[in-house]
Amino acid sequence: MSTFLLKRFLWMILTLWIVYTASFFLMHLKPGGPFDGEKKQSPEIRKNLEAKYHFDWPLWKQYGYHLGKACRLDFGQSLKQKDKYVNDIIREGFPISATLGVCGLSLAVLLGISAGVVSALQRQTLLDFSFRTLATLGIAVPNFVLAGFAIIIFVFVLDWIPAAGWGKPINLILPSLCLSAPFAAYISRLTRTGLLEVLNQDYIRTAYAKGLMTPAVVFRHALRGALLPVVSFLGPATAGILTGSLVLERIFFIPGMGTHFIEAVLQNDHFVSLAIVMVYTVLLFTMNTLVDLSYGLIDPRVKLQD
Amino acid sequence: MTDFEKALPPLEKYAEMLQESEAIHGISLWQDAWRRLRRDRISMIALSFLIILGVLALFTPLLPLQSPKSQDLRNRQFLSPTLSSVPLQIKGLDGEKYDQQVSKLWHNPGFFDRMQISTRVLIFGDFSIPSLCGTDHLGRDLLSRLFWGARISLIVGLVATMVSLVIGVSYGAIAGFAGGIVDDVMMRIVDILYSVPFIFVVLYLISVLSEDEIQTWLENHGIHRIIILYIVIGAIYWLTMSRVVRGQIISLKNEQYVDAARTIGAGGMRIVFVHLVPNVLSIVIVYLTLTIPSVMLFEAFLSFLGLGVEPPSVSWGMLANESIKVITPLEIHWWLVFYPALAIALTLYSLNFLGDGLRDALDPRMKNK
Repeated sequence: MSTFLLKRFLWMILTLWIVYTASFFLMHLKPGGPFDGEKKQSPEIRKNLEAKYHFDWPLWKQYGYHLGKACRLDFGQSLKQKDKYVNDIIREGFPISATLGVCGLSLAVLLGISAGVVSALQRQTLLDFSFRTLATLGIAVPNFVLAGFAIIIFVFVLDWIPAAGWGKPINLILPSLCLSAPFAAYISRLTRTGLLEVLNQDYIRTAYAKGLMTPAVVFRHALRGALLPVVSFLGPATAGILTGSLVLERIFFIPGMGTHFIEAVLQNDHFVSLAIVMVYTVLLFTMNTLVDLSYGLIDPRVKLQD
Repeated sequence: MTDFEKALPPLEKYAEMLQESEAIHGISLWQDAWRRLRRDRISMIALSFLIILGVLALFTPLLPLQSPKSQDLRNRQFLSPTLSSVPLQIKGLDGEKYDQQVSKLWHNPGFFDRMQISTRVLIFGDFSIPSLCGTDHLGRDLLSRLFWGARISLIVGLVATMVSLVIGVSYGAIAGFAGGIVDDVMMRIVDILYSVPFIFVVLYLISVLSEDEIQTWLENHGIHRIIILYIVIGAIYWLTMSRVVRGQIISLKNEQYVDAARTIGAGGMRIVFVHLVPNVLSIVIVYLTLTIPSVMLFEAFLSFLGLGVEPPSVSWGMLANESIKVITPLEIHWWLVFYPALAIALTLYSLNFLGDGLRDALDPRMKNK
């Protein structure tokens, strides 16, 4: 277990380094530096600016300097928001995006598993059919389109929820619902298929023969085996949630990391975008590792090999 | 007649056996799968929908649609679905005037599209279908924009998926066949790539490509920005495909026909691409039908963020984006949200159903049922 974690940690360092290097050179090779703004600066000002951020150094020297700083978790100052450190921007944006992401992911798991269990138990009934239709719909409709419909219906027609904003719990409802929809749909499909397969196994028959009630059989015995595909889906789902929150933050005007990231990329604010890419890489890697770890917890037959 | 010949059964017997064997038709995996797929009504509906959509998209310029780009801010802004139409005013023009009108009504049509446009003018004249889906914030006809958008969205889906197919299948097949340390290293790389948040890398790449300097350089070399978009999207969607193919190849590579091929001196590459890859095609096709929707969704995401297809080209993601931008509490232009969503949903729905149906049809456990 600890060797597994240690190895994974080393892999993460390697991954981070590769991503950092690739992004760094991509950014700096891009024509149009961060100081080519709307206003023309005099050459002296420009020179001073470049000197301040070490843009006048040769590229490899800049790379070494910034990499060293990044290792100490210091990403420097934002190039565009002059009064802010990159770490401040992340500190502001991260909790917001994290709240949205965690809400979306837990909602997806909760809705998906319950719908899947109901579908599997009530197989070939109207309930099963409608859940499956909903699930396919959830997969087929992009979540920003869903967000559009949700805004029209719940905000403008029914007037239940304020249109946009952040801070109150009610602002979380629509974005996290829209964010979770496609993943809830996938999870319900995976749960249904997995559970149907498990329910035909001998040990389930034994459990019933012992005289257990359906809830006990499903939740204590069957679900554990059926959840493996769901758990392995959580890795890609996290990546999808990151992507989705990028779009939903934009629609619902949520000041999270995704909004900052898009701004930073479009405005050539290299240091901010680089830092956010690193944060997302760490998140994704951690999630993938957690998924691998939880295989062993759920299915005792799985041995961690690395 | 010698004794030897007497011992053999009479000639008629052979003829009979030959006849018997001719009466038996072997059913290949594909025929069998097709037979099963044909019985699956939902998959067939999905397949026919996709074929019709593809044909319509291919021949869009031939259809009597309104112009996808001509604007009319004064009279036609935000019209809800209506029966009023705008005639093209192109009939009877010739020579330079005709060319001018064409470039006014359509964005930079290629040779094939030009041919279709002139055929259309011959057949339908100035007639065009009324704005059955309403008009947008610039007074452009939504129905015609949906059709022109279908072309781009479908092509992105197809081409990007092909790119991912080529990369994924070759990568997975080589890793699986090579085995040992090569396999280890190659799969480790895939593991690392799984942890890279690609959306961000793509955003970078695209913003790099959108710089004027680079764009003009590319155009001078005859590379359109959209082609790079395809390749970039395709280049990130091959990971799962390569894992699946690798697993299949590993289970197949000890089969006798591989040994046979090796005995007659076939090289590694030949064995992989001529003998092994055709045998994993069924699972590849299933993944293909599931990759196309996710690629199309991804294109929609990018266009939504303003980083995908660039105006005046149209894609479904862009239409959805435009519609969400104009949502205001005062006026709800429902048709602008509804029709693009319907188009995207129907297409992705069909692809998903077709994928599920194909998976069932190609499942060897279902053979001859």
